[in-house]
Amino acid sequence: MSKILIRGAKVLGGEPQDVLIDGATIAAVGRDLPADGAEIVEAGGKVLLPGLVDLHTHLREPGREDSETVLTGTRAAASGGYTAVFAMANTFPVADTAGVVEQVWRLGKEHGYCDVRPIGAVTVGLEGHKLAELGAMHESAAGVTVFSDDGKCVHDAVIMRRALEYVKAFDGVVAQHAQEPRLTEGAEMNEGVVSAELGLGGWPAVAEESIIARDVLLAEHVGSRVHICHLSTAGSVEIVRWAKSRGIRVTAEVTPHHLLLTDELVRTYDPVYKVNPPLRTERDVTALREALADGTIDIVATDHAPHPHEDKDCEWAAAAMGMVGLETALSVVQETMVDTGLLDWAGVADRMSFQPARIGRAEGHGRPVSAGEPANLTLVDTAYRGSVDPAGFASRSRNTPYEGRELPGRVTHTWLRGKATLVDGKLT
Amino acid sequence: MDTQQSDARPVLEGPDIARVLTRIAHEIVERAKGAEDVVLLGIPTRGVFLAQRLAVKLEQITERKVPVGSLDITMYRDDLRMQPPRALARTEIPGDGIDGRLVVLVDDVLFSGRTIRAALDALNDIGRPRAVQLAVLVDRGHRELPIRADYVGKNLPTSLRETVKVLLAEEDGRDTVLLGAKQPAQ
Amino acid sequence: MQRHLISAADLTRDDAVLILDTAEEMARVADRPIKKLPTLRGRTVVNLFFEDSTRTRISFEAAEKRLSADVINFSAKGSSVSKGESLKDTAQTLEAMGVDAVVIRHGASGAPYRLATSGWIDAHVINAGDGTHQHPTQALLDAFTMRRRLVGRDAGLGQDLAGRRITIVGDVLHSRVARSNVDLLHTLGAGVTLVAPPTLLPVGIDTWPCEVSYDLDRTLPKSDAVMMLRVQRERMNAAFFPTEREYSRRYGLDGDRMARMPEHAIVMHPGPMVRGMEITAEVADSDRCTVIEQVANGVSIRMAVLYLLLGGAEFAAKNAPAVTPARTTEEK
Repeated sequence: MSKILIRGAKVLGGEPQDVLIDGATIAAVGRDLPADGAEIVEAGGKVLLPGLVDLHTHLREPGREDSETVLTGTRAAASGGYTAVFAMANTFPVADTAGVVEQVWRLGKEHGYCDVRPIGAVTVGLEGHKLAELGAMHESAAGVTVFSDDGKCVHDAVIMRRALEYVKAFDGVVAQHAQEPRLTEGAEMNEGVVSAELGLGGWPAVAEESIIARDVLLAEHVGSRVHICHLSTAGSVEIVRWAKSRGIRVTAEVTPHHLLLTDELVRTYDPVYKVNPPLRTERDVTALREALADGTIDIVATDHAPHPHEDKDCEWAAAAMGMVGLETALSVVQETMVDTGLLDWAGVADRMSFQPARIGRAEGHGRPVSAGEPANLTLVDTAYRGSVDPAGFASRSRNTPYEGRELPGRVTHTWLRGKATLVDGKLT
Repeated sequence: MDTQQSDARPVLEGPDIARVLTRIAHEIVERAKGAEDVVLLGIPTRGVFLAQRLAVKLEQITERKVPVGSLDITMYRDDLRMQPPRALARTEIPGDGIDGRLVVLVDDVLFSGRTIRAALDALNDIGRPRAVQLAVLVDRGHRELPIRADYVGKNLPTSLRETVKVLLAEEDGRDTVLLGAKQPAQ
Repeated sequence: MQRHLISAADLTRDDAVLILDTAEEMARVADRPIKKLPTLRGRTVVNLFFEDSTRTRISFEAAEKRLSADVINFSAKGSSVSKGESLKDTAQTLEAMGVDAVVIRHGASGAPYRLATSGWIDAHVINAGDGTHQHPTQALLDAFTMRRRLVGRDAGLGQDLAGRRITIVGDVLHSRVARSNVDLLHTLGAGVTLVAPPTLLPVGIDTWPCEVSYDLDRTLPKSDAVMMLRVQRERMNAAFFPTEREYSRRYGLDGDRMARMPEHAIVMHPGPMVRGMEITAEVADSDRCTVIEQVANGVSIRMAVLYLLLGGAEFAAKNAPAVTPARTTEEK
């Protein structure tokens, strides 16, 4: 098989080194490695990271191929430096059976841009009443390890308890979309000063925090792991911090947009800022950044949520919730965490590759950049600065809140098991 | 904005203005045969003050109360869409109305005639006078419509490069009519 | 003045006073034999109502017709909107027909703002009430009513409401009227106190430029005007208050409470009133209650807004000059 020599890359942001890929594996890491007939990639001081892993992606296929497909979604992932994505279950039909998860898994494998790990629904039809066949999904070819009703909260405490207990049998994890449904009836944006002025239905922080508090206590009680999706409030951070200090096996994710944007943007009534959970306040953003830096929040997950133009080019109330994120995630993390000094590149590798792979049990991903490891890698030009142009997205959808915003960093190369999926910023 | 023209020269002074108003009052009485049914309507802003002064003089001559009011023509202008929206002035029709009366419109300067055209339209919506006449302090020519004044204080031949500015004590602190050069647009 | 009227908060003190003064002149048209002005001849205004509101629509329609505008009424009921056509398509369809202004009532907060700023259409947008956000012409007609009653019809010209104490009572949480009034009354220098049970006040209200009280009886003696908001009976089922009876006992205005108000103080209501709930028939029918006046004043205010937005020339939004004096010598 072919060899690739990446020359002069700052591995995890360290001193420049050469990395030799042989076939699907990293053969050597060191200084002045001989070219030895390998194809040369001059890194020129770019940062080399392990391929990123997204624990929270909406690929929309099957059912909403007008907004994204497994092909376009995984191409977007490769563009953003990802080598594995976990595909959420809220498709049509819902990924609540072995059949649906296998279909998604197989499509990912065929396209070959990035590994697709389907997430199974916790309850049938995401309806919150009856457990889906979690074991069957785990045993399928897709080997599901993460279960979530994302988009909806598993609000029934008994169902949640049973799910937490049940997946222990195969080391699975339930990823909770924490949103108390009664407290968020008619909710359209974060409840606070801005919602009071704009007259939009308030989405209180407590609707998220109360569910997280309940679920960490449940996880403690039954001795299970629990993962919290897109944590968005300062109060949620406090609860997770407390739970971790008690030894509860809770992990948590934050999205790039919750690290950067606040509910002040909703004053434009532009639905590109409409997202679930909603954009919160400056105080929350600060708390989330600190929590990601100190490890209270384990990972960054994109919650990449593509929507067709017409679902956003309308009035706020009629618009769909969600933002695309795969192709801008690393830039936003550089802007909010690295360039602010909160996290170094080794920390970024941890939060965006090592930890998400560990939580999702994604074998072969989130591994160190060292000899003998799978060659899942991404090369980032961290000196780059440019404004976001959605027209250049690989995703089928354009609903980014960053259009025209200047952000740092650009992924130039991505390798999936030694095969280049992105070269000089272009998909292969 | 153009009251401070340095090169503007007075063409009528306070006593002249008082004199021509007295003359106009007499003319009105004469032509209206005693002015029994006259209603004076001034066109804001300065036409209103002139109408009030004329009313006083008419009352002195006829020893009768003469109804006086104001007629704002802003919303009847033909150039509304060429300017930013204008603040409205007061339209105040005397209590007995104008139906069957002789309405004398009073304005300070007669120029293109468009203001008077608008005033005639406005009157139309308010009632049906027996007749309408027009009194102006200064007629500076350059009519763009077939309109003429019945009573003129002073005919003042002007060029289009000139401005005529009427100042009245009620609004400006002194009575005078100034003729000056048009300022270049700011 | 701006190109659109979306929120009372967008108006400066001078803008607002100009609208009130203009409305005072417009009001005089109602006393004339021909209640019509030629000012908006040839301009087309569409009343785009996604929510039923006969009162507001006919008020706008009367104002538009008195200014000689061509009026198109578009009610979303039974139209293509109910078949899934979007606000954008509807607006663009109307604009293609040559509409100069859109008066929009919409159940979603922010819909008029979106219409004005999304680049979908070029027409002027006037907000006739959006969700629980704003209802700026209502706030203007309320301020107009207050100025007439508390300052005087002629004495009020050029004046704001500095130092007046206005109390707004009821369902502030769901009220665009309350939001618009707080913004406008603050701009006009009045002191506003909101009175409601805590469940009907929004979280985040502490930054509003007003006082908040839970106690109506203590607020009434310090009020120059008391505005009662409509309280929908459905709110009871959502546990905002225990029973209708308890609500009207604590927050309703009856004759005894009205007697605690200063002699000169007025009672206002944006309508429609729920008699027996927030206001008793005795109060509603008293001469201190301005409900009917408010309706009449609504037409004058809407005429003023339409005239000031549509009556003049179109200028690029940024370098639009301020309102010019009525006449200058140059134009005679």
